[in-house]
Amino acid sequence: MSDCLLSLHDISLTLGEKQILSQVNLSIHEGEIITLIGPNGAGKSTLVRIALNLLKASSGEVRRRPGLRLGYMPQKLTIDNSLPLTVLRFLQLAYAHTNKEEALAALTRFECEHLAHQAIQKLSGGEFQRVLLARTVLRQPQLLVLDEPVQGVDMNGQRELYRLIRQVRDETHCAVLMVSHDLHLVMKSTDHVICLNTHVCCAGHPDNISHHPAYLKLFGQPDESELAIYTHHHDHHHDLSGEACSTPLHSHQEHT
Amino acid sequence: MELLLAPLLGGIGVALITGPLGCFLVWRRMAYFGDTLSHSALLGVALGYALEVNINITVIVVCLSIALILVALQQQRYIASDTLLGILAHSSLALGLVVVSLLHDSRLNLSAFLFGDLLTITTEDVFAIYLGSAAALAILVYLWRPLLAITLDESLAQVEGIRVFWVRLTLMAVIALIIATTMKIVGILLITALMIIPAASARPWARSPEGMAIRASLLGIIAISGGLILAYVFDTSLGPTIVVCCAVLFLLSYLIPKPAT
Repeated sequence: MSDCLLSLHDISLTLGEKQILSQVNLSIHEGEIITLIGPNGAGKSTLVRIALNLLKASSGEVRRRPGLRLGYMPQKLTIDNSLPLTVLRFLQLAYAHTNKEEALAALTRFECEHLAHQAIQKLSGGEFQRVLLARTVLRQPQLLVLDEPVQGVDMNGQRELYRLIRQVRDETHCAVLMVSHDLHLVMKSTDHVICLNTHVCCAGHPDNISHHPAYLKLFGQPDESELAIYTHHHDHHHDLSGEACSTPLHSHQEHT
Repeated sequence: MELLLAPLLGGIGVALITGPLGCFLVWRRMAYFGDTLSHSALLGVALGYALEVNINITVIVVCLSIALILVALQQQRYIASDTLLGILAHSSLALGLVVVSLLHDSRLNLSAFLFGDLLTITTEDVFAIYLGSAAALAILVYLWRPLLAITLDESLAQVEGIRVFWVRLTLMAVIALIIATTMKIVGILLITALMIIPAASARPWARSPEGMAIRASLLGIIAISGGLILAYVFDTSLGPTIVVCCAVLFLLSYLIPKPAT
């Protein structure tokens, strides 16, 4: 397809005896938001690293549109305290020719211009994720890859971050590939949810759940929220070792 | 005092590069790595004498080989990197000492290489120091942004199109080059101290990476000059005297109240 930015074909990865990923297929198109969910150890970050060419799959193929501009927010980025670095300078390192004005503009866009002259290590979890997002956008990516962008951020902060991510997509029409370890909450404007547990368990549009009682209980204000609950409809279940069984016990098995 | 001129000029040349390079050792937590490379330098010196080759070249070759052996050893899963560094540092130092004693070469002044020696520093050495420092500084300036980027996060840098492996290898090569040109002043046992202590002392006073690098160089110049003069006056070992001066500066930098940032 012509608007396909990146696609993964039959990706498998085995480390030693352990099957990390098995026959995963995925394609990302322009302007699309894809959320990858799954329990801890499901291989989400590994899959992202393969898509970014940071890791080589045992088998399968990664196809990238030539000259694809990528923005990446790693799951964990700890900056050593010994490195004196202001937020502004951190942003200017995003790209060889980023000047002060561009960096400030990016901070303003993400409503954190007041942090410009702070030491990067002093930011709170939410502030840091926001600054990271601003840095990523400075590179004018066609594809944004965000590995657990809301981790360590409180509920309100998460909502804010999701709003900003959607805003970036709406303004720049970049595609977004996002990882979330939360099985139930994904960004509302997600076009496509993929549930991964070594293999792709299920995929589809997140259900519109603004009237779901559990959702109302959690957030109260359904219309303003950036969060949605994705209900799983698997055609298989997992046995105790995590292997997928071909014969389903129930037709609609849900993760808890 | 004329005796001091060549080493003093050499010392300033050394400090210009050990400042920024030491910062990268501190930021990237490579202090033990620097130690390992410098300890292996004695093996390079011994080989240089044995093969009758310029010792700067053999030191660089040995240091880089040790770095590559480390990368290879890190592929196994049983022993952590700090243990590997300890094994390599001490094995290569021991091997160097063994080779030196096998050589029975009267030209080779062992303690000058281990601890630095005022009297052995020649005008030629000073030229070598400035040549090495200028080359190393040029490389650091050219690779400054990629080096900072891989210091922040190597995966991120890779995705953003930086050739992480080559940048890292170049940094190792620069460290090897500086060890080769600096060992006559501080001695291979204490080179890492000359790199990391001024950098660590500069940290509380710096607001930017460049500010820290420049301050580290200035502190290095003070420590080396002070050390040279004290070693001359009190007839003490040069390398240890310089490092003691570094340590005093470090203490002072943390004792003196800092402007609020």
